[in-house]
Amino acid sequence: MDALKKELKESIIEQLNLEDFTVEDIADDDTLFGDGLGLDSIDALELIVMLDKDYGIKLTDPNEGKAVFVSVEVLATYIAKHRTK
Amino acid sequence: MKKQLKIIAYCRIKNNAISLNGKSIITKDKDLSFSDFAKQIYKEKQLAYPKFFKMDNLCKLAFLTSEFLFEAAKLDSEIIKNTGIVLSNKASSLDTDRKHQDTINDKDNYFPSPAVFVYTLANIMIGEISIRHQIKGENAFFVSEKFNETLIEHYASSLIINRKSSHILCGWVDVDNNNYDAFMYLVAEEGSYNYSKEIIKNIYTQN
Amino acid sequence: MKDVFITANTIISPLGFDSEANVSAIANEQSGITLHNNISTSPCYASIIDHKKLDDAFSKIGDSKIYTKLEKMMILSLQDTISQAAFSISDKTALIIATTKGNIDALNNNFEPERAYLPALGNKIKEFFGFKTEPIIISNACVSGILAIAVAKRFLQNDYYDNAFVVGGDIVSEFTLSGFQSFQAISKNPCQPFSKHRTGISIGDAAASVAITTNTSESEAIQIIGDGSCNDANHISGPSRTGEGLYLSIISALKEANIKPESIDYISAHGTATAFNDEMEAIAFNRAKLEKTPLNSLKGYYGHTLGASGLLEAIVGIHSLKNNMLYKSLGMDELGVTMPLNIIENTTKKELKTFIKTASGFGGCNTAVIFKKVEQ
Repeated sequence: MDALKKELKESIIEQLNLEDFTVEDIADDDTLFGDGLGLDSIDALELIVMLDKDYGIKLTDPNEGKAVFVSVEVLATYIAKHRTK
Repeated sequence: MKKQLKIIAYCRIKNNAISLNGKSIITKDKDLSFSDFAKQIYKEKQLAYPKFFKMDNLCKLAFLTSEFLFEAAKLDSEIIKNTGIVLSNKASSLDTDRKHQDTINDKDNYFPSPAVFVYTLANIMIGEISIRHQIKGENAFFVSEKFNETLIEHYASSLIINRKSSHILCGWVDVDNNNYDAFMYLVAEEGSYNYSKEIIKNIYTQN
Repeated sequence: MKDVFITANTIISPLGFDSEANVSAIANEQSGITLHNNISTSPCYASIIDHKKLDDAFSKIGDSKIYTKLEKMMILSLQDTISQAAFSISDKTALIIATTKGNIDALNNNFEPERAYLPALGNKIKEFFGFKTEPIIISNACVSGILAIAVAKRFLQNDYYDNAFVVGGDIVSEFTLSGFQSFQAISKNPCQPFSKHRTGISIGDAAASVAITTNTSESEAIQIIGDGSCNDANHISGPSRTGEGLYLSIISALKEANIKPESIDYISAHGTATAFNDEMEAIAFNRAKLEKTPLNSLKGYYGHTLGASGLLEAIVGIHSLKNNMLYKSLGMDELGVTMPLNIIENTTKKELKTFIKTASGFGGCNTAVIFKKVEQ
């Protein structure tokens, strides 16, 4: 699980071009959207592509996305349960 | 109805060098890639605007050029709010269009990226500048084979004559593979330099 | 300042290859949107011009093998508009081209990739008709087509040109379709603007063109009386939550036209049928006190035709004025925005004098143009 969380943090920084962040800067329970990492609607769509590409999970309902992208902790739990690759 | 317009300030970025009002202000190693050059400028100017790193090269170039220009122009925020933006280039957003195309060419690895797709429009650079400076004025983006100072002069003048905006940010911002070129100038009824399409053409070709 | 008028016009779409055929299809509530199995990785609704029909029509005026689909659509449209217009091409005639993505399919088809540069598209059209001035190309996302009318008006008012031909066009391509899919913006069914049941856009092929002049001998002339094109300064893809740029564009157009909102008889809205766009428009129209004005979106007939849409829909609006008809907003059932709007639910006859066409697009851009019918 810790490996998955680290991997997720690296992907988020890389995919979403969070230039000023390192893996250590992101706590497992940091809010990804809003005040936390300050991600926006395009980032949410990009995370949906990442789930599909890296873990074979297809999210089609944007509201489902909202519930999953709360924090790295929640995201990692969801991926561990639903991943197909 | 024709009005004599003036240039408030102008900025050019090409070959990893920046000049403002005709004076060279920054020169970097010519071998740096544009993204590395842009990142260095961002850091040196301490811009603290994380959205910058999400932008494609075209928007980064337009963003940086407008940063130098607005800093030099020292306009009142009420004026900035209503400034018109009239930009142009040759390659539109093709530099990023090719990247998006690459994500859909392979049907077995078909993952179009929203963060890339959103930059497959050249006028997004006008949006990025508008967001940064809270500009809600007139917008237009033109495409031409070469920098067409006459077209831009016509449109900027008509916006001022028709009282749509008092100040117009004009220019040419082009990125195509490894080549880039940005030239922006602010035009209004009052300013430091005389404005005509001939003067602009001279400045553009000499800088 | 000089008065500027729109005269000749032609729409090329799946609903027909001239404006009359298009307007008559709309009057009969026909849509160009159908299910296509071969344009994407899965079946998808879109409004697409049949290649064979296009080539048959084009072969009467040129070699259909040497032009791209978009070029053929735009040239066919202009050919008809130029032949209808009361003026001919001179060295003070502007050629204004509006497109969002141009020949973007050239990145991945049998044409040279260089054809994807918009100046290459401009030159093909210029050479075909022998225009004497450099083409003016506007690529300002989804407001391109309607912005082109505003640009033409400003250039004519200030005497930079005597008259202008404006053509707008875009095609359905895997490029744009895949992008909108990645935005989860493509509707599972034909799009339903402003409906509670809307789930996104359908995209479409179209080209449209108009002649614009300061002289008209027509008994019922359509004058362009005001325009505005303002930015949201909010987000590069998400519509503003306050409708700011669209509201400012409408106010700017009303001020220039020197009329009050109640003088507007009809709104031809953008209405893409995404959740956020339609909501944004509802907010902006309410802020501008236009919530009681009859409104439609024509996307249910054409899908979203990107850079062509504003011009195409303005032409349909012009025919609405001429025919005194309000056309049904196809796909509307139950209002699905939080503010009141007067959506046209049935095609009805009504005396019309003035309408406003609006559009909004990525990059936070918005445009509003007001048209008025004047008796000469």
